[in-house]
Amino acid sequence: MDLSYGSEYDAFREEVRSFIRENKDKQPQAGDGIKSQAMRDWQALLIENGYHSRTIPREYGGYGAEPDIIKSRIIAEEFGAERMHRGFNGQGVTMLTPVLLEMGTEEQKKAFVEPTIRAEMIWCQGYSEPGAGSDLASLTTKAELDGDEWVINGQKIWTSTAHHADWIFCLVRTEPDAPKHLGISFLLFRMDTPGIEIRPLVDMTGDANFNEVFFTDVRVPKHQIVGERGQGWQVANAILGHERGSLATPDAAMNRLNGVKRLMREESINGAAIIDNPVFRDRLLKLEGRVLAMQYNDMRLLSAKINRNQDVRLAGMIVKLIGTELRHEIECLGIDVMGEIGLSYGDNPHVRGRGSWQYQYMFYLGLIIGGGTSQIQKNIISERGLGMPKEPKVEPKKVEPKIAPKIPAAGAK
Amino acid sequence: MEFGLSQDQLLLDDSVRKYLSSEVSIDAVRKIASGEQSDSDIWRGLADMGLAGIIIPEAHGGAELGMLDAVAIAEAMGYAACPGPFLSTAVMSAHLLNHSGATDPLAGMASGDYRVGIAFSDFVGSRKGAVTESASKLSGQSLYALDASADAYLVALADGRTFMVESEHLDRTLLTTIDTTRSVCELNFDQTPACLVTDDAQLVRDTLYRGRAIQAADTLGAAQYMLDQAVAYSLDRKQFNRAIGSFQAVKHMCAEMASQLEPCRAFVWYAGHAFDEAAEDAAATACHAKAHLSEVGQFVAKTSTEVHGGMGFTDLVGLHYWFKRIGFNRQLLGSPEAVRHEVAVMQGLCGD
Repeated sequence: MDLSYGSEYDAFREEVRSFIRENKDKQPQAGDGIKSQAMRDWQALLIENGYHSRTIPREYGGYGAEPDIIKSRIIAEEFGAERMHRGFNGQGVTMLTPVLLEMGTEEQKKAFVEPTIRAEMIWCQGYSEPGAGSDLASLTTKAELDGDEWVINGQKIWTSTAHHADWIFCLVRTEPDAPKHLGISFLLFRMDTPGIEIRPLVDMTGDANFNEVFFTDVRVPKHQIVGERGQGWQVANAILGHERGSLATPDAAMNRLNGVKRLMREESINGAAIIDNPVFRDRLLKLEGRVLAMQYNDMRLLSAKINRNQDVRLAGMIVKLIGTELRHEIECLGIDVMGEIGLSYGDNPHVRGRGSWQYQYMFYLGLIIGGGTSQIQKNIISERGLGMPKEPKVEPKKVEPKIAPKIPAAGAK
Repeated sequence: MEFGLSQDQLLLDDSVRKYLSSEVSIDAVRKIASGEQSDSDIWRGLADMGLAGIIIPEAHGGAELGMLDAVAIAEAMGYAACPGPFLSTAVMSAHLLNHSGATDPLAGMASGDYRVGIAFSDFVGSRKGAVTESASKLSGQSLYALDASADAYLVALADGRTFMVESEHLDRTLLTTIDTTRSVCELNFDQTPACLVTDDAQLVRDTLYRGRAIQAADTLGAAQYMLDQAVAYSLDRKQFNRAIGSFQAVKHMCAEMASQLEPCRAFVWYAGHAFDEAAEDAAATACHAKAHLSEVGQFVAKTSTEVHGGMGFTDLVGLHYWFKRIGFNRQLLGSPEAVRHEVAVMQGLCGD
């Protein structure tokens, strides 16, 4: 076991620290939206110094460094410790860019990667549909070729940032007669194309974190497809892999748990600090043990990226399931230690932490469901991690034409 | 940067697991658990592999390995529900004697000829009257001493002073517990001659934490065995013309076990590693690991038994030996609630 990063990285860490010291004042502030100049300037500064889009080749607008897991980790640690803004990391940056680099044409890489990572082109993801959630491959939004254009009709849901997005990467059915996984294509198109309607979807937090997006005869140039016709499912799966792990990092969970500790010292009931209540304390310590397990699990995952002989398949598969459930419980404890104060929300003058405890408690319930529900995660873990069989598929029942019972015609003998 | 077991540790782990799977079969466990056979042959075999002296210095005939090596071995032993005094003699007593300077017994311990049990109830928090000392003589009673066939015991008093008592001077009674793969006894002292080994409470605490890290690893191994058995049984057992492992209800039970258990592997490794290389983390990590593994182990023990259906409840499959072993690790040397309270004290969240 060797947990040191090696002295050759000391200079790099120092470099990151001095960047942070010198540029702390330039980071975007709370009011700066994703399309503000402050955000774009910060993004450009981060890329220029290798703290964003670090391994994306220079020809596509990135910093062009060799992949180095330890350096990425050091950047994350130092930015995390100083609570520095990590730059814009929307779905275009985190999910589309890796796919374009892997499966896109040279033209697509040139056209889309640079503006995307510079936050000049904002993307949304068009995957889920009202009738296609966990069974995503059953999606029915269709695209038909008419001359040099796809004509798209259908509806998407859970489309976060659709109201800000310039472009969408979207799964559509192009081969209606093929088996469901082989009839899907991956299209890219502008969100201001005629025929697109966006309706905000207000969720239980009171915010509209998501949207519904409707397509009526939306016409898209034929070449705006990633991969071949019918290959969209493979493309989409490559990206979902990127999404799952990033929803629940153990270091963020530990930060929140330490926030609960602070709350427990600050809040009191009948003059006694909550931290002195052994029942709450035990709940806190129990959660701390669970977070520690996930932090060491994370170190093991990091190590396996460097030492290729280490098998961590199962250790990686469980992160989304355990991480989101754990976070939900930590936020719940934050509310519980406040008692009725914990009910406060919105503009209530008694609210603590700007209402973040209630907000995150609800938001993480959303994450337990989104990005592959906990139940889907358990299917994946049992099938791919433990080698258990898939549930047998139920064939759609053929509707037999009703045969009229043989009743002798009246009078026949 | 490399988080995990080294090549040497993997080789050792592999050879120990091979030995255990051939020598510690379920039949062997049954015979020892029922008292039909003693654990001495198994302990002799493990000692010949160097495991009795795993952390004892080479100068005293040991292998002089670290706590990370010891937790890896403990995990393998938990997996096999292996009887024997690994926790007491090979880890806790060996550490305490080595660091207190009372090194005479170490060579005999390393060779597997001499066993030194531990009687730590008073130090951990006794539920009965305390043991008292006067003029190097002990009086009172110590419960749940490990193991019942030891040649001597280290008796830790509430204030941390620890005495060595030879078994020949002792009135000891075997105590039946749920877990018959480990033997436990009650020690009765009546002006019993005892030799002070240390009055360094910090050393005794450190010894206790090492024991807890070993227990966490043992539970990890036992729970992994129960998970593996559950998956194998679910693929074999058919109901409604299907393997029950193809039903989501059963698959999800197995996925939940795996999801909770898998991060424990890294946790237990780090708990061992901390004693070797990150002393400032060692106490809290070992306590947290023991408490956390107690909770996860309990969940896995129950769930695996349920996956086995009625057969899980019987003696025929023998799964209950692991169920009980996990339960034993949970209570001995501090229940999860008590251990978490100790962590809260360490962090300054509350008073003693």
